[in-house]
This record gives sequence, C-alpha cells and structure tokens, in this order.
Amino acid sequence: MRLRALGLCLSILASAAAHGAADGLDEIMHSLGERRHGEVSFVEQQFLSLLKRPVESSGVLIYDAPDRLEKRTLEPHPESLLVAGNVLTVQRGQRRHVLELKSYPQVLPFVESIRATLAGDRAALERVFRLEFAGNFARWTLVLVPLDAHLAKTVSQIQIDGSRDDLLKVEIRQADGDRSLMTLRPRPSP
Amino acid sequence: MKARRARILALWLASVAAAVGVVAHARYITDLSAFLPAKPTPLQQLLVDQLRDGPASRLILIALEDGDPKDRAQISTAMVHRLRNDAEFSSVDNGEPLAAERDRDFLFQHRYLLSNAVTAQRFSAAGLKAAIEETIQDLASSTGLMLKSLVPHDPTGETLRIIDQLTRTQGPQTQDGVWVSADGARALMIAQTAAPGSDTDAQERALETIRGAFRSSLGSAGSGAAATHLRLSGPGVFAVAARAKIKRAALRLSIVSSILVIGVLLAVYRSIAALVLGLLPVATGALLGIAAVALVFGVVHGITLGFGITLIGESVDYSIYFFIQSLRREAGSASESWQRLLWPTIRLGMLTSVCGFASLLPSGFPGLAQLGLYSISGLIAAALVTRFVLPELLPHGFKIRDVAPLGLRMGRLRDSMRGRGGFAIGGTACAIAVIAFAVLYRHHDTLWNRELSRLSPMSVEDLRYDAKLRADLGAADVLDIVIVGGPTLEAVLRGAESAGSTLQTLIDAGIIGEFDTPANYLPSLATQQARRSALPDPQVLHDHLQLALAGLDLGADQLAPFIADVEARSQWAACVSARLLAGAFAVAWESENHELVGALVEYHSARGTFSTDLPADGGIEFSRVATAPAPMVDADELAMVAGGPSAGPGRSLTRLGPLPPLQMDPTGGPLLAEYRERLTEAREQADDIMARARKAADTAESEAKAEGNAKRDELVAAATRDIEAETRRSLQQIRKEVADLTVLATEKVTRKSLDADDQRRLVEDALSEVDFTSLSGSESSN
Repeated sequence: MRLRALGLCLSILASAAAHGAADGLDEIMHSLGERRHGEVSFVEQQFLSLLKRPVESSGVLIYDAPDRLEKRTLEPHPESLLVAGNVLTVQRGQRRHVLELKSYPQVLPFVESIRATLAGDRAALERVFRLEFAGNFARWTLVLVPLDAHLAKTVSQIQIDGSRDDLLKVEIRQADGDRSLMTLRPRPSP
Repeated sequence: MKARRARILALWLASVAAAVGVVAHARYITDLSAFLPAKPTPLQQLLVDQLRDGPASRLILIALEDGDPKDRAQISTAMVHRLRNDAEFSSVDNGEPLAAERDRDFLFQHRYLLSNAVTAQRFSAAGLKAAIEETIQDLASSTGLMLKSLVPHDPTGETLRIIDQLTRTQGPQTQDGVWVSADGARALMIAQTAAPGSDTDAQERALETIRGAFRSSLGSAGSGAAATHLRLSGPGVFAVAARAKIKRAALRLSIVSSILVIGVLLAVYRSIAALVLGLLPVATGALLGIAAVALVFGVVHGITLGFGITLIGESVDYSIYFFIQSLRREAGSASESWQRLLWPTIRLGMLTSVCGFASLLPSGFPGLAQLGLYSISGLIAAALVTRFVLPELLPHGFKIRDVAPLGLRMGRLRDSMRGRGGFAIGGTACAIAVIAFAVLYRHHDTLWNRELSRLSPMSVEDLRYDAKLRADLGAADVLDIVIVGGPTLEAVLRGAESAGSTLQTLIDAGIIGEFDTPANYLPSLATQQARRSALPDPQVLHDHLQLALAGLDLGADQLAPFIADVEARSQWAACVSARLLAGAFAVAWESENHELVGALVEYHSARGTFSTDLPADGGIEFSRVATAPAPMVDADELAMVAGGPSAGPGRSLTRLGPLPPLQMDPTGGPLLAEYRERLTEAREQADDIMARARKAADTAESEAKAEGNAKRDELVAAATRDIEAETRRSLQQIRKEVADLTVLATEKVTRKSLDADDQRRLVEDALSEVDFTSLSGSESSN
C-alpha cells in the first residue's frame, strides 16, 4: 500500500517536473513569439584548431517577425548576412550572393537555430533539432542537437542561453571540435 | 520560216527548263539579314553573324506558366533531363545544380591555373603574408566555418577567387531548385540548339522536340500538372513563326491577286487561249528572274520574290500591246506592223524600267541588289518572249475579242457626264485631292518609318514577352562589346586578356563598372603556363611561408598540404582546355565537332556574357570572335581601350562604339534621330580623345622631361589621326546608310524605281537633315 502510494507520488512528481519543463519552454517560446522586432549587438569568437588564437568579429543582429534575420558584421570587415523567408543573401563589399536555403542544407542549422528561437516557433525548431531545455523563465538554457545524421557530421550541438525573452549567448559546437561563441547584448535605445 | 520558229521555241523551252531546274534547287531565306549591308563594318558583321548563327540566335527561352509552382518545378526538371540527352541541343539549363560537387573539385584542383591572382609576387614572402592575412579575416566572417577545410590546402584563397570570377553574373532566382521569374509565376529554362539559328527547319524540329518533352513530362508531376502551359520564345521561335506567317500571307495574296488578274483578263478577252498566252511573258520573266538571282547570289530572299513580282507586273502590258496589234492583223502585214509600230514602244518601256532597276544592282544591301537583278532579267525575258515567242505561238487566225465597243461605251458615259454633272464630279475630285494633301501634311512627321523592325512579321506583344523572359533570366545587359579577332582560340584568348587588362585600368579608375571576358573562364595557354611557372619550388615556397607566417595566427605545420599540392605540380593537367572545362561543368558535349569551343563558353555566350565562335567556312575575318560586354558609362571611354597596347601581329583589337539598338525593339526611335545622336557623341568623343591625349602627354612630360616633347607630339598626333579616321569612317558610313535607306523607303512608297537624279535629290535632302558640319571642326553653317 505504502509502496503503491510512493509510486503514485513519484509518478505525479515526475509528470509535474516534465510538465514544468515543457511549460517553461512553451512560456519562453510564447513570450519570444510576441516580439515583432529586436535589435542586439553581438560579439562572435571563433575557436578554430587551425589558428593559434580565436578570431573575433562584432556587429548587429536584427530580427523582424516572422522570418527576417539579419546579421550585420561591422568589425573587422563589413558584411551582411540576411535571411528572409527561404532566401539567404550574403553581401560582402561589392559582391552579393543570393542562395535558396533549401539548396544549402548545411547552412540551415546555423540560421534556423537562432531564427526559429527568436520567432518562438517550437515546431520549426523540432523539425531540425532534438530540444533539451533546462532552467526557468528568468534564466534558461536550450540545447539543440541536429536530428539529421548528415548535419550532425558538421554541427554537433547548438546551445542557446537566455533570460526571459532575451537571448544572451549562442554557442555552436562543430563535430571536429571547433566552436563559435556569440555573445549578445541589448543595444542602447537610440 | 518553219526552221526559225522551231529554233525560237526550242530555245525558249530550253531556257524555261533550265530555269525550273535552278529554281527547284535554289536555297530560299526569309530572315531580315538581306537588308543588312553586304560589306559591313566589324560591328555590323558581328550583328549579322550573331543574328544568323551566333549563340544568341540558337537560344530558345522556355517558360512554364499557370498551374502549381511545385508542378512547374517537377516538369522543368523532367524536361531538362529529357532534353539534355537529345543531340539537337548543345545545352539545356534550368538552374538545377549540376554535379556541383564535381565542379568545385575541378576548380579546386586547377586553382593555380585558373585563378587570375596567381603571380610570382603573390608567392613571395610579402605576397603570401598579405594573402594569408586576408584568408584569416575571411575565417572570421559568417562563411568562415565552411571555408576552414580549404585553408590548409589553399591558404591564399585561390578557390574562392575562381568562384568569384565565375559567378560574376547572378543567375535568375531559384525556387524548388529550378529557375523562376522574379514574381515566381513562371518556371524558366534555357535551351541552345546545336544547329545554327538560320537553319529554320532545324529550329522547327527543336521546338517540336521541346513541346514533345513537355507533353511527356506532364505525367511526372502532380495531378494538377495539366493546368501548366508551355510558352517558347527566342530567335528560333520567331524565325519559325515568321516563316509560317510569310508563307501563309504569300499564298493568300498570290491566290487573290491571281484570281483578280485572271478575272479581269478573262472578262476582257473571254478566251482561255488569250489568257494563257497573255500571262506567258510575265510567267517566263518571273521564272528566269528567280533563276538569275539564284545563279548570281546563291540564295534567294523571300522578300525578293514578294516585291519582285510587283516590279515586273508591268510585263503583262507587253502581251496586251501585242494582242491589240493582232486586232489589226490583216492582209499579212501584221508581223511587219508589229515590229514597226508597237515593239519599239514596248522596248522603250522595258529599257527605261531596266535602267531604273539597274540603280539597285550596286546597292550595299543584298536584298535590294537581288530585287534589281530579278526585275531586270525578268523584264528582259518577258519582252523577248513577247517579241519572239508569242508571234510564233499565236494560232492561225487568232484574234482577241474586239474591245472597241467597250471603249466606245465608256466614252459615251464620259460625254454624258460632261454634259450633266461634270462640274460636280470635277469638284469632288478636287476636294478629294485637297483632303488627301491635308492628311499627308498633318502626318508628315510620322509618315516615314525607317525602322527595319516594321518589316518583321512578329507582333509587338511577342517581342515584349521575349524581352520580359530575357529580363527574368537575368541575361547580362550588354552595353558595349569589345571584339577580339584572331586565327586561333589561343590568339583570341590572349587578345581578350590584353583587352581585359586595359579594361581593368578603367575599372580601377572608376570609369566603368564591370566587364566580363572569356579569359575569366578559360585563360590562354600562355597565361596558364606563366601561372604555373610563377609558383616557386617547394623549398623556396617553404622558406617564403616561414617568413610570411611570422606574427600570424596560422602555424606552418597546418599548411603542409599546401606545400605538397604545389610540389605535386607535375601531376596536374598540362593545361585547362576548353574541352576539359566543359567536361567539368557537365554540359552536353558535341563529340562530333572537335573544333567546338567549350560548351561552358557556349552556355555563357547564350546568356549574353560572351562568345567565341568558330567560323562556319573560315572565310570571314571576324569569324572567331571573343566578346567581352563592358557596361561602359560612356561610349568614349572605350577610346582608352583603343589607345592600349596592340594585341600583336595576327590579331586585331577592334574598338566599337555602343551597339545600336537591335532592330527587334518595337519601341525604338527612328534611325535618323539615332544618327544625329551618334554624331554628337562622336564629336564629344573626339574632344575627349584629345583631352586624354594631352593629359597623358602632360604626365609623360613631367615624368621624363627629355622624352616629353617627342612623346607629347606623338600622342597628340596619334590622337589627331584617330579622330580624323574615326570621323571619316562614321561620316561615310552614315552617308551611305542614310542614302540607301532613303532610296529604299521612297521606293517602298512610290512602288517604282527612282532614276539617278531622283536618287541624288532625295539623298541630298535626307543628308541635309543631318548636321555633318558639327564634325568638321568648323562652326555649324547649316
């Protein structure tokens, strides 16, 4: 009898915990989805085994709901990477490349991890990644692991740290051990 | 007498039989190129070649409209797969990535031969340092993660450079993996036929193949695929449609006019024999005329047949004269009175017409010269038949119906009118004349249309659709073309490289925006050789690298593959040939034509990027043409190209002004206005050449005082020579073109040939409209 009661309690607790985690992610996703526009500055460090020191770049990340994300690098070399819908536009100097995302699946995890998170589009995230959520609304961590085995050969996981509806850090770990770390900071309102 | 009759008839029958033989075997063409000059300038030659057989003429633009976008993409893919296996097409493309992996691999393997950055300097310690620093910066960019696997092999970034070189022109948008129009409403494909554009039969077959591929591809898409429609455009499509239209129109018109002529003659003669005999001279004339044109020109233009028959129509009158005379055929004096009274009249009429038409013979336009020869030989033949053959064929006692009673009735009618309403009739005639004059005066500005396009049977709507498809496909907007001619592909490529380096200085100076050249895709063997020898020995490279990497974040041990790759130089392909390149890009290869320049080159020319054409018969000076479209800001900027180093003996670098708008443009302005504009430009150009020469001379002078004066004089003298030659050439060209077009336009309206005086007067009138004095350097006195 006691054993059964304990079992019942455990199962209730377990489901409550699971429910709580799912709830936390949904809450954050919902809150992120409310945002129509966001603009943050970023500093990105890339740790490459090839190079003795990490290379650093910085710029602005601009998001417009539902599916427009622009990464505007200002330092050390101006460059713009714009994803709007299904089209990726890279502008460097005079050169402008327009790609269709679908034709370049290897780019997808880099784009979709941030964009779908900003859009609060859990379904879109779950199409590409297995989601692991930890923490609470005030301070959370979302780990994305590619579902596709082919993609997993390039990207082993992406970790996004955030607080409420702000993204603080995006770390992309590649399968070969190289990684990039992007730190985001709200821009002072103009 | 009997023997003479037999001889005449035998001679006539033999000529007719021979003419039938020639006419049956003659080649007939229907495109408008016959109205382009026969002795063209290089620019006109280029246009004519391109219009006839150039890659652009072999282009078929394929659009899929309506239905569902996904279905369109599937149909497009299926069609391309079918058509690629068809020998009728040299290339078919819909944007589907073609062996992309293999292409990248090829470029990577041959990076040191293909990259235009490879020089000995780049592989010195300083050069390596600069290049590697740039690569490290690239690694920091958003694409860096994808580049990093390349870096150990290619620290100087040559592979990326080549990809940049090759992707200068942005293709159309893709959706679902295939090209679509900007609004996504159409799926787009480009096919290029193996047969030349002037081979209308082959074009027609190719179009049928495409339609067949479309029908069989419908099954591979969803159930809604039937809603999708196929639409084709391009020169081949126009040629086939135009031919069909001309054929239909010609058939209809000739049936109608034959019925009218035969009807009138029958009504008057009321005798089949008289009708047949009456048409005999004109029929013989037409037949011999075509035969003469076929013998002299080799080909007969469709327009010659159409216009020609109206020009020799007057020979119907010859037999009428003859029959009128036969009415007076009494007491055996007939033959004598015929020869004495009426034959001289016919002969005089015939000779004046012949003299008039003779003025067409020396025309620079083959179409006009053909018309001249056709009319002259036709009229002479018709007159000779009337003079010698008809009298022999006339049955004994043949007499046409006496038409005098008809004439008398008409006369009475006239008299009665004169009696009663004569004044009213005269007044009406005057009023009509005044109104006609007023209408002509009112429209005198728009009355004359000098555009060749008006002769094109294609509708304005079709031409607009074609322009829209071209815009959708993102074909390069070719503003100016530099033509490089040479005896071999190698010579052409070297010429293109030399022209390219001159053009590069214009880009650096900010004068032009961009240019494209075959050398970007396929460097000359000499250049490839130079690049190969620019790479240092492994030991030297190793030393340079040690120096270069000092202070950089990249370790030498990371770059071992780079040194190994350079060391393996002996295993590289000796050179990248057109064939190798084409193979790498997996574009259909015409295995039978070993002379053919790479299919990649072909493909790019199809999109208006450039062309390197091999001659069909080797007879044309500019037959091997490499063109590099250079969006020049101003026409005169090209003057600097002309001033650049000569490409060397055996090759010629020709400078051309901006292309005149192709006559296909339905909205283009009248030619004369264009000439005016061109002259103004030429004038400005002249000023500019002088200014540049002075400036260059001044610089040279300050740099080397001793040589300065001589150099300055030389440059100014050279510029003056250039200007004089240029001015003379354009003046002559424009005079000639204005003159020829004036004559053509006038003749089209008056339907008769002009005598020499008329021509001179007209030409002077037209030329006086153009202000030539602005070019002579003196003040305008017009």
